[in-house]
Amino acid sequence: MIEYLNILFAEVYKILFLLIPVLVSVAMIVWLDRRVWAFVQKRRGPNVVGPFGLFQSLADALKYIFKEIIIPASANKIIFILAPIITMTLALISWAVIPFGEDFVLADINVGILYLFAVSSLGVYGIIMGGWASNSKYPFLGAIRSAAQMVSYEVSIGVIIINVLLCVGSLNLTDIVLAQEKLWFVIPLFPMFVIFFISALAETNRPPFDLPEAEAELVAGYQTEYSGMMYAMFWLGEYANILLMCSLGSILFLGGWLSPIDLYPFSLVPSPLWLIFKILLLFILFSLVKAIVPRYRYDQLMKLGWKIFLPLSLIWVVLTASYLFYFNLLPTN
Amino acid sequence: MIIHSIFFYIFSIIAVFSAIMVTVSRNTVHSVFFLILDFISISCLFIMIGAEFIGMIMLIVYVGAVAVLFLFVVMMFNVSQQNNEQLREKKNLNHIPIGLLISTVIFFELIIVAGGWKYKPELLKSFSSIGIDSNTTNTHEIGNVLYTDYIHVFQLSGMILLVAMIGAIVLTFRKREGIKRQSYFKQISRERNEAVELVDVEKNKGVNVDA
Repeated sequence: MIEYLNILFAEVYKILFLLIPVLVSVAMIVWLDRRVWAFVQKRRGPNVVGPFGLFQSLADALKYIFKEIIIPASANKIIFILAPIITMTLALISWAVIPFGEDFVLADINVGILYLFAVSSLGVYGIIMGGWASNSKYPFLGAIRSAAQMVSYEVSIGVIIINVLLCVGSLNLTDIVLAQEKLWFVIPLFPMFVIFFISALAETNRPPFDLPEAEAELVAGYQTEYSGMMYAMFWLGEYANILLMCSLGSILFLGGWLSPIDLYPFSLVPSPLWLIFKILLLFILFSLVKAIVPRYRYDQLMKLGWKIFLPLSLIWVVLTASYLFYFNLLPTN
Repeated sequence: MIIHSIFFYIFSIIAVFSAIMVTVSRNTVHSVFFLILDFISISCLFIMIGAEFIGMIMLIVYVGAVAVLFLFVVMMFNVSQQNNEQLREKKNLNHIPIGLLISTVIFFELIIVAGGWKYKPELLKSFSSIGIDSNTTNTHEIGNVLYTDYIHVFQLSGMILLVAMIGAIVLTFRKREGIKRQSYFKQISRERNEAVELVDVEKNKGVNVDA
């Protein structure tokens, strides 16, 4: 029994060691997002609390904690409370398989990429449950929009992942990174990287695809009836998902924890730092897009997903497969 | 091993409980949520016996796509308001014998399969020409079997799904009149002289713009 407890505590310790940095960086990333957004628009952004406004997110969190949680009288209470919890949990459990370095991963499972894909496809439930349980018009419309949107863009993300898997020959995330030691996949698969980035924007409901919470049409979409800490949990889950998509992008295309060139000053930098640096780079791109691009119309969004991205990525799968087959480059392990 | 069996019982109790709740619960949306819980716990069971690929595919396909569509339909038609009251009335018991018959048949089929697995393991091996190698992952194993021995069946099932999909689209497709569609090519290829027109408007007449 004692052995089991020891293993259990060791695992719990590892999980905390992973989750607390993730949560803190989610808070910091919200600040970064607002700063980048403000700089693009020639504003200052949050700059009052702490140096450069760094503690703004902490202040926001305090505010949310002390606000009252209001549950609408006609809401379905259990599902209403479950929805933000599910969003948050799903956003956090997917970090278990992200490798921060060789042998620096919580769970090095064989089907890591499928696990990430499955968990991100479950993310839609938090939104649908929240929208439905609120029992009011705008949240419900927002939930339906986001369900359709996330399901359609997941398809093209799945096909893009198949492209990468063809070049790797394994579903393990560590193997995917190690396969890029010579050449990052962003170079041969550049069009797929672009499509992945745009699909990731749509998958995480970021602008210009933030139709589920389009404030001009739907108040705040599925979050309309939420207040206090429950709203904050939706928010945290959303940003944790964005970070996850960024890390998925950097693992699939930008070589994960590998340094860009294997030379003296670069190889000194510890591997997790490289991954964090790449995630930050992708995230800054995310927030630049938010600041620059106007919102899509809903039919244009669907057209882009089904009629442009899906055929393009399917054609690219055929091309990649035939190229690898013709030149006998298919991975054989 | 004891931890293993504890987790097995936890997941299977959740699976059985939520399967019962799918049929019993009054609210249809709750039924779908219980169905999702059932799928998730069954995929956990798959992962526990080492079939991680099937478990994850189960999550992606059933929970991530099929159940979302279920939920969509149930919420859109607002069946939750109607409740399944007519199923509870004493008069309508016609469905029970049929349901019992089907479930007995499924039960015996399962017993035959499981019994064969337990008592005649050599029978199962004769179906597949490749023995199971514990060194490769089961994703590789499935790929090896699916794309060699069973390639024709696999392609055939793909064709059937494709035909079913096309059929569903054809059945529900209707061309509606009077809808303005957007065409990027048309928009981009418009020239100034066909888009802008100078008109001398007569007094009290106006211009027909749509023509």
